Amino acid sequence: MRKVGVIGAGMTLFRRRLQETGKEMCFEATKMALDSAGLTRADVDTVVCGTAPDAFDGVAMKGEYLLDGCGGYRKPYTRVFTGGGTGVFSTIAGWWHVASGLADVALVVNEEKMSSCQPHPQSVFAHIWDPILDRPLKPNLVWIFAMEMNRYMTVYGVKKEDIARVAVKNKRNAVGHPCAQLADPNITVDDVLNSEVMAWPVQRLDISPPSDGASAVVLASEDFIRKRRIKDRAWISGVGWCIDSTMWTDRDLVFPEYVARAAKMAYKMAKIDEPRRQIDFAEPYDPFDYKELHHLEGLLLADKGEAPVLTREGVTERDGKMPVCPSGGLLGVGNPIAATMGMKIGELFWQLTGQAGKRQIPREVHTGVSQAWGDLMQYGSVVVMRA
Amino acid sequence: MRVGIIGVGMTAFRPATPEYSWKELMFEGASRAYADAGVDPRTDVDSFITCAEDYYEGFGIFDEFVPDQLGAALRPTCTVSGDGLQGLANAFMQIETGLVDVAVVEAHSKASDIVTLEGVIEHALDPVWNKPLGAHPFVIAGLEADAYLRATKTPRRALAAVVRKNRQNALTNPLAAYAAKIEIDEVLGSDERFAPLRSLDIANSADGCVVLVLASETAATKLHANPVWIRGVGWASDSPSLETRDWAGGEYARLAAAMAYRLAKIRRPSTEIDLAEVDDRFSFKELLHLEALGLAKKGEAGKRALRGDYGADGSLPVNVSGGSLGCGNVFEATGLHRAAEVALQLRGDAGMHQVDGVQVGVAQSWRFVPSATGAVAVLGVGR
Repeated sequence: MRKVGVIGAGMTLFRRRLQETGKEMCFEATKMALDSAGLTRADVDTVVCGTAPDAFDGVAMKGEYLLDGCGGYRKPYTRVFTGGGTGVFSTIAGWWHVASGLADVALVVNEEKMSSCQPHPQSVFAHIWDPILDRPLKPNLVWIFAMEMNRYMTVYGVKKEDIARVAVKNKRNAVGHPCAQLADPNITVDDVLNSEVMAWPVQRLDISPPSDGASAVVLASEDFIRKRRIKDRAWISGVGWCIDSTMWTDRDLVFPEYVARAAKMAYKMAKIDEPRRQIDFAEPYDPFDYKELHHLEGLLLADKGEAPVLTREGVTERDGKMPVCPSGGLLGVGNPIAATMGMKIGELFWQLTGQAGKRQIPREVHTGVSQAWGDLMQYGSVVVMRA
Repeated sequence: MRVGIIGVGMTAFRPATPEYSWKELMFEGASRAYADAGVDPRTDVDSFITCAEDYYEGFGIFDEFVPDQLGAALRPTCTVSGDGLQGLANAFMQIETGLVDVAVVEAHSKASDIVTLEGVIEHALDPVWNKPLGAHPFVIAGLEADAYLRATKTPRRALAAVVRKNRQNALTNPLAAYAAKIEIDEVLGSDERFAPLRSLDIANSADGCVVLVLASETAATKLHANPVWIRGVGWASDSPSLETRDWAGGEYARLAAAMAYRLAKIRRPSTEIDLAEVDDRFSFKELLHLEALGLAKKGEAGKRALRGDYGADGSLPVNVSGGSLGCGNVFEATGLHRAAEVALQLRGDAGMHQVDGVQVGVAQSWRFVPSATGAVAVLGVGR
């Protein structure tokens, strides 16, 4: 197994970007990532594209459509797709392209353009359900996640205020992020608790916003990094991915077992046996504020039911003992599904190479973990990176 | 490290399967592959890959619906939004890293569930430049066929010879959906569709599922398997935009083959390869792909097809299985079907359409209209 490092990252502004096509956003992120690594397209052996439902962009075989924007012209190019899990999963796919020896340099480009979906991207989610068992009930994602959130609160007796603290922390963390859509330096817990109720207990400020954007990272083999004397690199030391059954109604939603399995796989590869001691900071997937807590427990960085307590005690603040979502996460920066790679893999790279600017964790960090979550509350993808 | 195919599972290919859901098709294909490999997916398999596209499946996020029927629940599983051979390439890489010992690749088609195939494929056209033109997307294949025939001075009759061969080859393949004894004049007299293509030049859709089990050399030995080795894989994409791609040379196939041959250390494909299964979903594609793969000189594939070189007893048997013209277009499963057929031939398990003495075979795929993406796998037996 060859050692693989992340040597560059780029991401676009996350906004409603009706003026640009998905291809153009991919080009922007790709160019930034290559520039930051000091490489050109000629150095790239292979391209992996990550992008979630085709129906957002309204283009079938969306990977083919985005291909030239991603720099894939006349190169080996593959698209991988694991719903929201794609945000971290595409980097895992990029990793195996390099670790296997088939490529020295792999470019990973993630894109999502949700604004082309009218009147609201939520309508795409009408088509993610089992056509016989679920679809006739006309479910939507907000009420499904409300059920999961409710279950989590009920089992552990979690107060809504403690969950709202996550939204406050992440939207404040996002203030230093140049791509952020919903950064807010003055937001309070009361603002979240007083926001519009979408489907109890989910309120508007508990949710990350839909967005348009793209992000890209460059992966390279150890040999290449040494030969080119590349200084800013962070090593991928563990990868893990796992899917649970399609039948979400058949399992207890209180704990994401699929995230735990993906984390154990990644930790085993990274030789981490005490994650809470050996990991310095985390970028778990936070499309809803309770999901950050849920995922911290799945990542074995908090005991079951303990994540809200850690949040209340400030452990997960940027200057806390275990900073969580120092990027501002999806809640603060925005949620163009797959393109959230910029806050997950990109942020790990920037933090571990000291390039996070205003978002830099104030103490030295050596090991970070990022995670994404997707499909129908069933997918976990985990990457551990080291300085 | 060598990676081998240790299990092949295929359902029959049928024009429609009203008795089966796509989940049941996948279950059958997987069960057959696991039985062939002698593996238990719950304990022996480290990674599962499905090759699928949302619009073909009719779902927002098809990946959700993959795990249960493959035995992949709570296991490392993912979707490669591509042709089955691209999935095979990813499984190959996963094993080459050493992280995975046994990987499963699945691809299927439930085309009979698609009510508006033309509309689905139309959605893959550039929404700004091409889709508004309002043409049937197969017009692209017609234009490409025309460009190919002109550039290579291939006679139109050669396309009909491909159709005759593949439909007739399918008569010896019990899984094929469209086996028929068809003559060249019948092809040339069939309805005009997308000039110069006629209705019999175009593969009909079919339902079906193909599953392959891959293993590292060590795992294959442990499982007492008789592997067909994956000697090389390659995949590549030309420009997605119709205006800037190579129309007559199949650049995607040429690049993919160059990569696969480099890994397989094949320098002279025309003499080193015994058998080929290539994408033939439009008749001309078989000839174009053979030239791009270096198995025929440019402009000669058509003449050789008319001479019968590519028949089951010819100098280079091509699509002995019947190809997609004979078995049916199974969309993203097409490339995996090509690889499965090559694997069966190399194992000597191809039944009535077995070709004697084949050691090295090549499988090639294309991602169908409107893409310019393809993949190649070189398979072999023995050292």
